[in-house]
Order: sequence, then structure tokens, then C-alpha cells
Amino acid sequence: MSFMSRILELESFDFDGHFQEVTSADVENSLRKDELREQDLFNLLSKTAQDYLEPMARKAQKLTRQHFGNIISLYAPLYISDYCSNACVYCGFNCGVQFPRTKLTIEEIEREAAAIAATGMRHILILTGEAPAQTPISYLEEAVTVMKKYFSSIALEIFPMDEEEYRVLCKAGADSLTVYQETYDREVYKEMHPRGRKADYEYRLLTPERGARAGFRALNIGALFGLGEPRKEACLAALHAHYLEQEFPDVEISLSLPRMTKAKGIIEPKNILSDIDFVQFMLAWRLFMPRLGITISTRESAEFRDRLVHLGATRFSSGSKTGVGEYSLKNHHDATVQFEVTDDRSVDEVADMIRQSGYQPVFKDWELV
Amino acid sequence: MMSTIQTQDDTLYFGDVAFSSRLLTGTGKFASGDIIAPMLAASGSELITVALRRVDPNAKEKDILQYIPKSVRILPNTSGARTAEEAVRIARIAREAGCGDFIKIEVITDMKYLLPDNAGTLRATEILAKEGFIVLPYMMPDITVTKQLHDAGAAAIMPLGAPIGTNRGLEMKPMIKRIIEISKLPVVVDAGIGRPSQAAEAMEMGADAVLVNTAIATSHDPVAAGKAFALAVQAGRMAYLAQLAEEKEYAEASSPLTGFLRS
Ligand code: SF4
Repeated sequence: MSFMSRILELESFDFDGHFQEVTSADVENSLRKDELREQDLFNLLSKTAQDYLEPMARKAQKLTRQHFGNIISLYAPLYISDYCSNACVYCGFNCGVQFPRTKLTIEEIEREAAAIAATGMRHILILTGEAPAQTPISYLEEAVTVMKKYFSSIALEIFPMDEEEYRVLCKAGADSLTVYQETYDREVYKEMHPRGRKADYEYRLLTPERGARAGFRALNIGALFGLGEPRKEACLAALHAHYLEQEFPDVEISLSLPRMTKAKGIIEPKNILSDIDFVQFMLAWRLFMPRLGITISTRESAEFRDRLVHLGATRFSSGSKTGVGEYSLKNHHDATVQFEVTDDRSVDEVADMIRQSGYQPVFKDWELV
Repeated sequence: MMSTIQTQDDTLYFGDVAFSSRLLTGTGKFASGDIIAPMLAASGSELITVALRRVDPNAKEKDILQYIPKSVRILPNTSGARTAEEAVRIARIAREAGCGDFIKIEVITDMKYLLPDNAGTLRATEILAKEGFIVLPYMMPDITVTKQLHDAGAAAIMPLGAPIGTNRGLEMKPMIKRIIEISKLPVVVDAGIGRPSQAAEAMEMGADAVLVNTAIATSHDPVAAGKAFALAVQAGRMAYLAQLAEEKEYAEASSPLTGFLRS
């Protein structure tokens, strides 16, 4: 059984109706429990639970410190190619947007890697668009091999692949896989991904499972908030994470809450996720899964990120550049970015903020052996 | 009556290395590396565990090892290892990195509760003990595995009190008691201890030492918490050595009730 069967099972479920039925007593009941079940997740994600944000936050903070300590891990994203054959209507790299596409050579990747490593960062996330012809497995394998010289953990946020292909990349030294479902709502998914390989909902949904079987030690998943109905997305993303935790106990599971931001040539987000919803979802996830990693990207503002340090976040990107070659090869105004970075502080500045908040920034938390 | 309190020579040995403190500490969860030295000073801990995966000899900032005073011994751990083979590789890297011969084996395949895999732990212990490491294996309390770890050349047995970070104390108490009874090696209760009273209880029970990480590191005042745990460990040890009545399950009564049968 895969998570697809669960999605199909839930297709007829009236999320909205159920969220509306949640009472204060239900929320209080869930808050009192040590171990939460699915119904509790539901209760804590409801609008009603927004009256309980403070007790949720206190409990979430305690659980996070208990399991992760006073630690925030840092990583940097590195875009190595912006070629893409997909037409995701919300993305600045979509094939309909005209701009000169770039793909870094292996030598250029090494220069970018060296520039990032010089900031002290030891965890890297490699990103590409979906263009297997431009960035075939052999290229990615070489990229990972070069990165190994500079980083102790290599995460991939590339196009979904078969298990065997992932095996090759794990063997080369990649240890973590990020893949966002974008939206768990199949109807919305169809609208957002009109053509290309990405139109296959099920293949994407089962990517983390293929990744886990191929040997990745960590999986990071999530929905892109701004596409489907946020409460439902938050619920399904958490159920997906929970499913993966049960199914692959030796894999570390993390969730992200990327919010859609503006980029050149794309649609406006439909369902804006408010800050209050964002925080509530994070807290509900933490209470539901105490050992869940929660990743916060530089899409969020500096001010907001400073607050999230205390609310259950475990991992921050920092010093991020979201255009190809931006770390050492190109200026920001010459690069086409996938989305605009909102927190543009340097790695040092983010690390300082973490320290001042009473936490320790961790640059290295893995050793390739 | 002769006092059995051995305040003078109650030395703890791992391999042939002697320790006077029976409180082991950890580095993984502190808000800042700067607090480690004062915490060590207050707690008197002489052995502190460091995850090799956090060690970065080329760090731009201060490396985790540089926060530890030279007088305190480093116990590198294999946190992150999912298999015996990985634990072995991590131990060798730690030794090469100058962390010494001590190694705490952690082989964990369960990311939800971080419970150790005893089979993998045993395999790694066998290999590393042969290579001359002083091996301290973190394990699920199990009598058979305790015996096997003895035979494999471990320097101590480290059963968990409760899952890591839960602060639930001695959930595994009955099993740990059995391990203390049969173990010829020092028994260190590792993980789960959240309060000084729980540390004292483990020591009263006859544990040779305790390892406390989360409870000290995530307290509001890690220096004071370190001190509190040190005092609790000392009190518990002293109580154990004093052979408090309830510690002996089959105590010899001063005037036996059934003595007349043999007289
Ligand atoms: S989201 Fe990814 S797959 Fe879709 S257009 Fe952007 S880069 Fe391509």
C-alpha cells in the first residue's frame, strides 16, 4: 500500500465540513494528550484552534527543545540549472517564460560550492528545474561528487526520478531528498501542471517512497501554499509525513511550508496563507509529530523567521540565492530567479540572530561515511 | 561497626582509565558552545560525549571540540549511524581526528523514538574492541545482549532509562536492575534521565554512572543543573555504598526469623 491509496480514500472526505465542526472542547482535549492521533491533528488545524495558539506554542516549544535541543541547523540552496520542460503556472522557471537558460558546468559548480563553503556552511541543497535532457543523471552524479569535497550533507531538490536513478545519486554521496507535492488536491494539481512530466500526480506523490527505498536518510516534503485550500493541504502534508515516518522508520522526515511568492511571468497565488495560519500549521505539526524536522526557507521575511525560531522550526536556509550562478558567477540583477528571497541576510547575520534568540546555529550535522 | 562508605577510593574505570566523577554529560543540545566549559566545571563531569557528525575541523567558527577543556575526556559518539558498519567507520574517523580511543556506539534505525539496534551495536562493539577502542555501547536493556557485549570486549554497558530526550526517567527500571546484577562491567544509565532525583535513583539502584544530556542542556541554567545532577549522583552513589536496607532484595536480618531452625 502506498500513500496514493490514502489520498484516494480521502478524496470523498469533506475536509471543510469537518474542520468547521471542531469545538473548543475538542481542541482542549487534543492539547491535553501526550500522543496525538489523526483526529487531534484535525482539531489542531481547525480555525477553532486559533484561539489556542499560545498554549499550542508553549507545548510545541517544549517538545522541540526536548527532542532537538536549542539547536537550529542551517543549509544553503544551490541552483545549478534553470532549464525546465514543465509548465507549472506558478513558477518563474516554467518553460513558457522566456529568458536565457543556464546550466552550470562542473567547474562552475565547484566555484559556487567553494563560495558557499567559505561561509562555513556544510549542508547544501542542490536544485534544478525538470529537464532530464539538460541535466541527465550522469551530470547530477558528477555534481554530487564535486560537492562532496565541500559539504558533509548533500540534499537534492531535483525532478522526480526512478528508484534506480536515486540509488546512483545516493551512492555518489547525496543523503537527503526534498520533493514538494505542490498541491495534494488532484483537481488543482491538474490545473497547475497542464503539461510535461510533472502532470503525473501519482508519480510525484510516490517520489519520497522511491527515495526512501533507494537509500536517502532524510526526506523533506510539503505543499506549496498558495495553490490548494491551505487547511486541507496542511492536513494532507502532515498525514503524508506521518505515513512516511511509519513506513520508513530509519528515515528522518521533515516538512516545509513554502508560500508562493511572486516571480516573473507567473500567476498570482489563489489562497494566500496568512502568518497566523502558517504558525498554527507549524505548531499543529509539531504536536502531532514531536520528532518531525520543520524547514523554513528564505521565502519568509527576516522578522517572521526570527519569531519562528521559538515555535518549533529546526532548520533554516540562509544566505540563499535562487538564481543559477548567483553565489560567485553572476550578479543578482543578471540572474533569473525561481522566486524572490525575502530574508536576504548573510549566513553570518542569520547565525547571529539564532544565537541572540538563545539557540545554537549548527553548520554541520552530518558526516559522510 | 565498620563503615562501608568508600569515599576515598571509589574510582570508576572504563578500560583502564580512571574517573572520579560518575556523571557523564553531552554536548548536542546546548544553546551555545560557550556554556559547555562552565557546565563541566560545575558538574565535575570528566567525560563528555560529542557527535562526530558535528565536528568540523575546517569550521569557520569555533569547532565543537574547542569548547571542551583539555582536562575533560571526549567520548565521541556514532550518532547518525544506521548500521554497525557505519558506526565502525565513524569511530575510525573520530580516532583519526584526534578524539582518542573512547567511543560511544549508537546504532539507530528508528528515527521516531531513537531506540538503539542491539544487533548492530553488538557487531560494531566486537569490531571496535578488537581495534583497541574503549567501547561504550548504548543499548536497549537486555540481559542476553549484556552478556554478549561483555564477551565482545565492551568497556561498559549503557542501557537507556527511557527514550532519548523524554525526561521520563527510569522507565526500564526492572530490566536495568537485572543488568546491574549480572554485569561485571560498569553500567551507565544513558538517555531518559530528566531530573536529579531520577539520577539519584539510578545510582542508589547500583548503576555505576549516568549520562545526562537533554536535561542539563535544555534547562534554563545549565550550570546550576549540572551541579544539581552532580550532587544527586554523589548522593545516590553514597546511598548505594551504604547499602540502604531496601537495596537488598534478600536482606539478612540482624535477628533472623528462621535462625532457630538451624540452631
Ligand atoms: S516548479 Fe519546478 S518543474 Fe515546475 S516549472 Fe518550476 S522548475 Fe519547472
